[in-house]
Amino acid sequence: MRRSLIAFWPAALLAAALAIAAVAAGAAGTAATGGLDEHGQLQDAALQGRFERITKELRCLVCQNESIADSNVELAGDLRRQVRDMLLAHQSDDAIFKFMTDRYGDFVRFSPPLEPKTLLIWGAPFVMVLCGGFIVMRIARQRAHMPIDE
Amino acid sequence: MWKFLLPFAAFLTLVVLFAFGLNPKRDIHELPSPLIGKPAPEFALVDVLDPARVVSNSTLKGQVYVLNVWGTWCGECRAEHATLLAISQQHTVPLIGLDWMDERDKAKQWLEQLGNPYQAVGFDADGRAAIDWGAYGAPETFLVDQRGRVIFKFITPMTQAVWDKEFLPRIAAAQRSGA
Repeated sequence: MRRSLIAFWPAALLAAALAIAAVAAGAAGTAATGGLDEHGQLQDAALQGRFERITKELRCLVCQNESIADSNVELAGDLRRQVRDMLLAHQSDDAIFKFMTDRYGDFVRFSPPLEPKTLLIWGAPFVMVLCGGFIVMRIARQRAHMPIDE
Repeated sequence: MWKFLLPFAAFLTLVVLFAFGLNPKRDIHELPSPLIGKPAPEFALVDVLDPARVVSNSTLKGQVYVLNVWGTWCGECRAEHATLLAISQQHTVPLIGLDWMDERDKAKQWLEQLGNPYQAVGFDADGRAAIDWGAYGAPETFLVDQRGRVIFKFITPMTQAVWDKEFLPRIAAAQRSGA
């Protein structure tokens, strides 16, 4: 009971689809090149600043300790292009991060979001400082009662 | 009492953390896919073998299928190819290929030389379909149920053992619940 996956488009439909795709690709192409200077940077300095900040915050999943800003692997390049395209399409930083976490999970961000399941990560340093302070206080108190050696 | 219990508790915590962190069997590249339970991202791509054909998963709604992300640059994809061929011979579910970060001619040659396990292979020229699927390293294999939801993801090369243990029971369960 397998249905055929492949749709055999009539020639005319295919031609029309290709024409639309070509126009769309052309528009996307001009949008992409239109917003870039000769060094491949975004012409708008504010956008370039956001681009750099966002790509530094996104983990390259192939080489996990590098950001997609630093990594040379092809996937990082594809993701940088995705971020650039979304910036040029006037998407917010939050929308871009959501796009990435929807596909790759929270791990794609270097700083995990603050939510119930990540409370331990965010709270642990404070808990440890408190524990340390408590221990230091106890030791100090004990020593206060010690007789002074001759 | 506390003097002994506290250090001991701290020691146990470290043992557990190290046992998890240093476990050589744990694959640090294996990440939970946020796609599980979500609708499968749709794609419409040119077929590797025939540029006049469009490969789209929207025509597969209502049936369980497997999507395999691969590329000719990927050595482990070659390692799993024989298994994919064997699986496709059993005609359990349609096996769809997603050719990623590749050249069409090379992919075509690969399929002609090694055999084609796929019912259709989409050519992901700009990598956008792979991004939608959250692919980060081929080979990756996804299982999609009748309602078009991703129900399982497996990374690293497919083996007959993995297919029998992880995929077949899920396929059977999905087909039962959807029938």
